[in-house]
Amino acid sequence: MSNFLTLPILLPMFIGTILIFLAKKHRIQRVIAGISSIALLIVAIYLAYAVYQSPDQIITLEVGDWSAPFGIVLVADMFATMMVILSSIVGAVCLFFAFKTIHSDREKFYFYPFYFYLLTGVNGAFLTGDIFNLFVFFEVMLISSYVLIVHGGTGYQLRESFKYVVMNMVASAFFLVALAYLYATTGTLNMAHLGERVAELGQEGILNGVAIIFLFVFGAKGALFPLYFWLPKSYYGPPAAISALFGGLLTKVGIYAIIRTFTLIFVHNPSFTHTIILYLAAGTMFFGVLGAVSQFDFKRILSFHIISQVGYMAMGLGVFSPLAIAGAIYYIAHHIIVKSALFLFAGATEKITGTTDLKKMGGLLKTHPWLGWLFFISAMSLAGIPPLSGFFSKFALILSAVQEQEYFIVAVALIVGVLTLFSMMKIFMYAFWREPTIKEEDINKKEMFGLLRPIIPLVVLTIGLGFLAEPIFTYSLGVADQILDPTNYIQAVLGK
Amino acid sequence: MEILIAILIGVLFSVATYLILTKSLFRVVLGTVLLSHGAHLLILTMGGLGGKSAPLLGEEAANYTDPLPQALILTAIVISFGMTALLLVMTYRTYKVHQTDDLDQLRGRSDE
Repeated sequence: MSNFLTLPILLPMFIGTILIFLAKKHRIQRVIAGISSIALLIVAIYLAYAVYQSPDQIITLEVGDWSAPFGIVLVADMFATMMVILSSIVGAVCLFFAFKTIHSDREKFYFYPFYFYLLTGVNGAFLTGDIFNLFVFFEVMLISSYVLIVHGGTGYQLRESFKYVVMNMVASAFFLVALAYLYATTGTLNMAHLGERVAELGQEGILNGVAIIFLFVFGAKGALFPLYFWLPKSYYGPPAAISALFGGLLTKVGIYAIIRTFTLIFVHNPSFTHTIILYLAAGTMFFGVLGAVSQFDFKRILSFHIISQVGYMAMGLGVFSPLAIAGAIYYIAHHIIVKSALFLFAGATEKITGTTDLKKMGGLLKTHPWLGWLFFISAMSLAGIPPLSGFFSKFALILSAVQEQEYFIVAVALIVGVLTLFSMMKIFMYAFWREPTIKEEDINKKEMFGLLRPIIPLVVLTIGLGFLAEPIFTYSLGVADQILDPTNYIQAVLGK
Repeated sequence: MEILIAILIGVLFSVATYLILTKSLFRVVLGTVLLSHGAHLLILTMGGLGGKSAPLLGEEAANYTDPLPQALILTAIVISFGMTALLLVMTYRTYKVHQTDDLDQLRGRSDE
């Protein structure tokens, strides 16, 4: 049964490899890619169901039958399986959007293989229970992302991606440094074993240092303050389907790694490490949203919002109470769905108007009402208007911060919420109100619905996450309880 | 021995930092290469140097060298090799498209 755990990793890897051989036949590629992305989603949902039904709500697999602290283990707990579901949803939706928007020249140059390799890396990073294996899956994900982000090779993409690649390579080198120090201090790389060893070691000073290097590494990959500068420009370059996938998923893998390591391994001194995370979260939220407010470009505003929202997730970890972690997890789910949807809307408007500059578009509500109102729902969800999903997750985060008497972060989060609403309204007013720039006869209804069809499931999901807040919040609280009590995880992996 | 290698790692890291902060694209690439070399050496050193025996000699062996750091480095070297190859191609393409390898001129215009 637990061999099933490898499927979310092996399936995209296998499909990606097959697609390499079919590179020049883009129709067959599309059929195979479409079917396998749906299959991946079904696998992910089944895995989550199996984990939820299992007695400890955790399933482990010792790969190649090497026993736990020595070999590599794959661990699926509720948090990991939830992330795998989310990555498969976004993966499928962006793929179907790519069918409509990606130029066939790009399709012939290995777009789909790298797309699936990226999903391999992401799913692997979620499911692994070994910290060096986490590094390897990060690199699988990153090298595919390097290819996808320069894919097409326009001047802008090459220039900005170079900065993205160098930033990530430096962070990866420091990942190795952190691993070396961690191995020298604890003598193990299995995350469960690390959790156990760190608790008994009592080497607080060294471990604090190692924890901060890890925070630097994952912060650079997850766009935490002050390491977010590479994000807005590099996410602007690639086509919308890729920006949406990156905006929805990649930074969240960094956040997942931070939450995983700072709840399982580095819990020896929360008053030091988690306070730092809390202040970084405040900086991330605030400066990210200021960047968004100052921009007049659809995609740039959204890119800056990724940064400010990563701050909310880090805030949940920084406050470090069950409610806060549950809020952060709910927020991750909400964010991945809504952010991908918004990037896809930006792609759709770009396809219709031919620009992403807000000052050059206008009146889309009159010419494309469906696009306008669906965008409005997602934008309001991002800004945190009830009864959509953004409201409940922000409410839980802020409530938990009030309970823990972290009033500073409460103030920052509320101000950032207002500014988010402001910049979302700015997009809505500039792009959808005002006088139409497109003539009546240029409107292509069929094309527009073709573009909207892949996005609609995401909008439905954000409405669903809002109206079904209670069961989903119960699930998030379950996840939070599970990751705040690492003994369960350690027992499941080491089998004591 | 460990002290010596530690100093070497420090030198590699500082040279790498210098190169990454320079303006030429190609030097930045060299910087990332040196940085990864430094990180690999660090892993090796952290496993302990000067082991006189082979990594594994069976369950009864009196002493053996920890094999894990070597396995880690092999993986990391392969990864950084691939990354460097990709980055070099990107650098070359950037140079071809923009006709410059000066990062100052690759800053981007404000109207984009």
